[in-house]
Amino acid sequence: MDLKQLYQDIILEHGKSPKNRGKCEGYNYNAKGFNPLCGDKVHIYLKLDSKKKVEGLSFEGEGCAISLASASIMTELVKGKSFEEVKEIMSAFMNMVRKTSEIQSNYLDEDEKTKLMSLSGVKEFPMRVKCATLSWHTLNSAIEGKKEEVNTEVID
Amino acid sequence: MDINSIKSQFPIFSNKINGKQLVYLDNSNSSQKPIAVLNALDYFYKNEFSNIGRSIHSLAVNATNKFEQTRTNVKNFINAKSKEEIIFTKNATESINLVATTFGQQNIKKGDEILITELEHHSNYVPWHYLRQTKGAIIKFAPINDDGDIIIEKLKELITSRTKIIAVTHLSNVTGTIVPIKEIVDMARKKNIPVLVDGCQSAPHIKIDVQDLDCDFYAISCHKVYGPTGVGILYAKKKWLEKLPPYIGGGGMISEVKKENITYAPIPEKYEAGTMPTAEVVAFNESIKFMQSVGIENIIKHEKELTNYALEKLKKINSVNIIGNPKKRAGVISFTIKGVHPHDISTIVDEDGVAIRAGHHCCQILHERLNLSATARASIGIYNTKEDIDILCKAIENCRKVFELK
Repeated sequence: MDLKQLYQDIILEHGKSPKNRGKCEGYNYNAKGFNPLCGDKVHIYLKLDSKKKVEGLSFEGEGCAISLASASIMTELVKGKSFEEVKEIMSAFMNMVRKTSEIQSNYLDEDEKTKLMSLSGVKEFPMRVKCATLSWHTLNSAIEGKKEEVNTEVID
Repeated sequence: MDINSIKSQFPIFSNKINGKQLVYLDNSNSSQKPIAVLNALDYFYKNEFSNIGRSIHSLAVNATNKFEQTRTNVKNFINAKSKEEIIFTKNATESINLVATTFGQQNIKKGDEILITELEHHSNYVPWHYLRQTKGAIIKFAPINDDGDIIIEKLKELITSRTKIIAVTHLSNVTGTIVPIKEIVDMARKKNIPVLVDGCQSAPHIKIDVQDLDCDFYAISCHKVYGPTGVGILYAKKKWLEKLPPYIGGGGMISEVKKENITYAPIPEKYEAGTMPTAEVVAFNESIKFMQSVGIENIIKHEKELTNYALEKLKKINSVNIIGNPKKRAGVISFTIKGVHPHDISTIVDEDGVAIRAGHHCCQILHERLNLSATARASIGIYNTKEDIDILCKAIENCRKVFELK
């Protein structure tokens, strides 16, 4: 295990100054997520247009560098994507942090893949996988219009 | 006192963690086990195993005797009046649940008050919450100040004619605060209110004398006292154990069973239904002997010195913020580092073989009160040395490096 694999520069940058923090204007979906083991919380705000394309996406919350970076990178990559594309990227991300360390997606360009790959290091730190997945689970809940809070102990 | 010879009694320290010597500073969570305890478990299972209290063959008689020897030594260890006042449970959590359930069943009505504090671990809040749900009890929280001390005058003000029980920790698992239990018991006595003490954190670190404290209930988890998992202790004054209804029903806790009626066994068996963690209880005797061989005075002295050393060293590191500054404290040190989340701290120091805990430490009420979402915690045990603290501090410096903090 190498700490630098986990804490790559891109993660430290996003962790220190996360993008898209706060409530995005005109959001029409939102969901809360919670990791009861560590107390991390996230609140996702999502604006979908009439064709279910992501027009706006932001988050509020507190957490470690991994969870903040994951949420920040997610909001950047998913903006402008359609419902189906978001779903595909989500499952590609989950696959990467849990199984393959590789990202396989038809809807991300090489730059975007590189960005997302910076989070693949968590696979070697099993206790930290949930830090990375919390915001993604919560986005899933928001986009599906679910009401109950995401709980990583139930879902992961 | 030669700490290295004490440390050498713990086999786990001969292993490497991430290629490094293990620096175990997660003792508030659970402690490591000395070889005598591990040998006792092994020996009992290999040579002496039998269930207890039922059969009359030789193995059963011997096993029962050994089981009861532990009870006697626990009685001596905490200075209870009689061994019938010692109940074996699964852990301190179960001990508190036992009291909340049986005491609540008999004594709590709608609108009655249960007084706890903002320092409590979830295990000394959630069981009382059940009574709020099922009986309509009211739970009041005695406040703490920013140092992490309970404001005793405020606690006193919260005692009313409806207060039915006071439940309080002896030693905080976050701030290390040692709570003035005698003072609280004195107040409670005047109003005839029983007091339960959560002794989870105190048992391995300070002298416990339940007769001197004069509390009604005292809960201990043996795995934190250099003992096996799966065993806890409930000390309760005899009058309570005789008066309260039984908790779990089953074999071993009955006297006579008829189709129409059942009578219960005398204490302590009344509260020990089903097959107990026999080997673990037997082995826990060795944990007590270990504590006694080191000597509680020596334990207190060593851990105090080490705590002061750690506090001084940690305070010198820029950006480290120590949580609380209680009047009387033990070796539990929670802290934050500006710019590094506690989970990241824990992962980074783990690379140097340093085991600490990060999170809310099952104290969400306390963290909310202190306006913190999570903290990192280093908690000291008898085998820790100044070198361990030095390695911790160096590992913390590494956090700042990884996060490129100035």
